Amino acid sequence: MLGRLTIEAIPLYSWVAMGGAAVTVGGGIAVFLLITYLRAWKVLWTDWLTSLDHKKIGIMYVVLALVMLVRGFIDALMMRAQQAIALNNEGYLPPEHFEQIFSSHGTIMIFFVAMPFLTGLINIIVPQQIGARDVAFPFLNSVSLFLTAAGAGLVLISLAIGKFSTAGWTGYPPYSGIDYNPGVGVDYWLWALIVSGVGSTASGINFIVTIVKNRCPGMTYMRMPMFTWTTLCISILIAFAFPALTVVAAQLALDRTLGFHFFTNGDGGNMMLFANLLWIWGHPEVYILILPAFGIFSEVVATFSRKRLFGYKSLVYATACIAILSFTVWLHHFFTMGSSANVNAVFGIATMIIAVPTGVKIFDWMFTMYRGRIEFHPSMVFTIGFMVTFVIGGVTGVLLALPPADYLMHNSTFLVAHFHNMLIPGALFGYFAGLNYWFPKAFGFKLDAKWGIRSFWFWIIGFYLAFMPLYVLGFMGMSRRMEHYADPNWQPYLIVAALGAVCVLLGIVCIAIQLYVSAKNWGSARDLTGDPWNGRTLEWATASPAAPYNFAIVPTVRDIDAFHDMKLGGTAYQPAAAYEDIVMPKSSGLGPVLGALSFALGFAMVWYIWWLAALAFVLALVCVGIRACDDESEFIIPAAEVARIEGAHLGQITSADMHDMRDFQPVGPASGAPLPGRA
Amino acid sequence: MHHSAERSLSTYLTGFALAVVLTAIPFALVWGGLLTGPAVYVVIAVAAVIQVVVHLVFFLHMNFKSTPGENLFFLGFAAVLICIMVGGSLWIMMDLHHRMM
Ligand code: HEM
Ligand SMILES: [Cu+2]
Repeated sequence: MLGRLTIEAIPLYSWVAMGGAAVTVGGGIAVFLLITYLRAWKVLWTDWLTSLDHKKIGIMYVVLALVMLVRGFIDALMMRAQQAIALNNEGYLPPEHFEQIFSSHGTIMIFFVAMPFLTGLINIIVPQQIGARDVAFPFLNSVSLFLTAAGAGLVLISLAIGKFSTAGWTGYPPYSGIDYNPGVGVDYWLWALIVSGVGSTASGINFIVTIVKNRCPGMTYMRMPMFTWTTLCISILIAFAFPALTVVAAQLALDRTLGFHFFTNGDGGNMMLFANLLWIWGHPEVYILILPAFGIFSEVVATFSRKRLFGYKSLVYATACIAILSFTVWLHHFFTMGSSANVNAVFGIATMIIAVPTGVKIFDWMFTMYRGRIEFHPSMVFTIGFMVTFVIGGVTGVLLALPPADYLMHNSTFLVAHFHNMLIPGALFGYFAGLNYWFPKAFGFKLDAKWGIRSFWFWIIGFYLAFMPLYVLGFMGMSRRMEHYADPNWQPYLIVAALGAVCVLLGIVCIAIQLYVSAKNWGSARDLTGDPWNGRTLEWATASPAAPYNFAIVPTVRDIDAFHDMKLGGTAYQPAAAYEDIVMPKSSGLGPVLGALSFALGFAMVWYIWWLAALAFVLALVCVGIRACDDESEFIIPAAEVARIEGAHLGQITSADMHDMRDFQPVGPASGAPLPGRA
Repeated sequence: MHHSAERSLSTYLTGFALAVVLTAIPFALVWGGLLTGPAVYVVIAVAAVIQVVVHLVFFLHMNFKSTPGENLFFLGFAAVLICIMVGGSLWIMMDLHHRMM
């Protein structure tokens, strides 16, 4: 009846594991009680969970990412604490538990922090940047969100029921095969990946179609904001790379559950094919995480330098080059498999080449700042911190691209330092910049800048303290994923790294305080114009928060910096002569239902509860059928209502709130030479 | 109107028939043991590639005359990426096989 699920699944075997389970379950109960206490269930369901509004879906994605960031970071702290003390002793974590922690940390950070964070920001902003009223497939968007949440749910519940994988976030066979890993851990990992991977693929397709089809008049490809460009590129990467992940995970699941032999030595299987397929997805994936952050940095750097983005075209071409090249380098993750010299040379050189377009971007951002009037807004500070730190990570990456050097460094803490050096500044800092930059667009008030700057300093100092020692430790020969060690020379460095992690913890606390303080004082930091930073791109033309339809009248664009151009030309903030009815998608409860069903499906497959798996699968098909037969999925916002909303918004704006554009007016030859570099 | 609906029904049916045949061939070869060795792989791969073309032409109605250039561009792009992924994988795994012998 319950497959292999028995009372043994509850982690009574260790107090640390029990504590983790208690925190997870307790957290869940606390949230449940809080919502009940606030009587917010109905609002939560009708206004949020069932909403097909891309901005609300985006906000829910970001909330998911922030919650999972806390979970993933607790894992990191635990590992740092363990390694700080485990010289010639077992520390406080048994080996098997330590293995679960690094596996869940990596899995959570990549799939359930970075992916939802970037998807959320894209959801909130991209339709507004291209002058669209919605994404191409609003219902699919909601399904994607809940599939991602279902995957995250599987990882979370593995704390309380059963165990998580011990095979690392990459789960290489044969260790992740059924012979060496008969428990449920690897299955939890696999089904979390499969379920959320389907959601990500759908988001990717959704955004390709949105950007290709829904741009407003005049928004040619070469006038799209950089964030939209990076979104288009990563959506293409998602559409092509994620199927490889889904296939490889499904193959391993078949090996484990049905006794297939894709990756076993028996019957002609080959485990290196797993590494090959995983990294066909895996390398594009790192660019999927990083490119949107590059897009955010591009927007932020132009806005807060008060200049047009330098080298827009070169940034577009560099992004496209990175996107294509990212499909040609995957072997660098398993050089040590031992390919022949030709294979290694081709992939090694391709890897080094990919650094070139990235370097181009760094120069473009620096030239944008050159002679600009820089304003040190938290998002700008994160951008500058990124530029300095990311270059270090890039250099160590080029070093690892040399196969002979990689043979020495592979799977050492040098590698761990390298990829955190890319992902923390290159992805997370970008998302934090985006959070600070676009928060008013999503909620209508600004985030507190003081706490934003503080969070930045704790994050960056913590980052350097936590990861620079790991470069050194790598050279001293320390491998990654070590539960304890015998070399006393390593310990001082690991203690510094642990202090760094504590510093990052303070950074996270600062973000929490920032959110709290800003929410408390929201009345004094309201953004009435919809354009708090004198922004340049079209998302600042809508109200903050934007009306459900974003744009009452679909705008027409004449320039790269469309909204800047409108402000200069005096066409911004103009009421329309007449408004028209607007068709919007109705809310639908099927998204959350499909999410719940795929969670049940994953859970059932993990525990071999076949009837539940079959039931969940059939019900999911029924849901899809119901949706397909629903011909009344849209409703109309009448023109009068649109006029009312727009009137209320425009009525709030006084000319005192508007930005002074005189500095930006082109200066003619008669009135003196134009300031160099000014737009 | 009526005429074109009929024609598209017949294209769908032709496409469907071709797809069934192209699926049946590999299954028949393997189940019936009609072919062995590397030749099977080649036949399966070729049948799969033709199948892709059948889907594009008969179900998605792609051709060089009426399909917008943008779509053809994306299709070409997809083809390049798939060649990189499949070709690269074959190269890597064959090379490995060779070195393990
Ligand atoms: C916030 C500060 C962070 C700290 C202190 C931290 C710490 C760690 C530690 C101690 C490990 C294990 C290293 C080892 O194997 O010896 C690790 C692994 C890893 N981290 Fe982080 N991490 C942080 C953030 C992130 C972020 C933001 C990401 C991704 C977006 C990430 C992705 C990973 C991955 C993929 C692994 C490899 C897991 C494995 O070995 O399977 N980490 N991290
Ligand atoms: Cu890579």
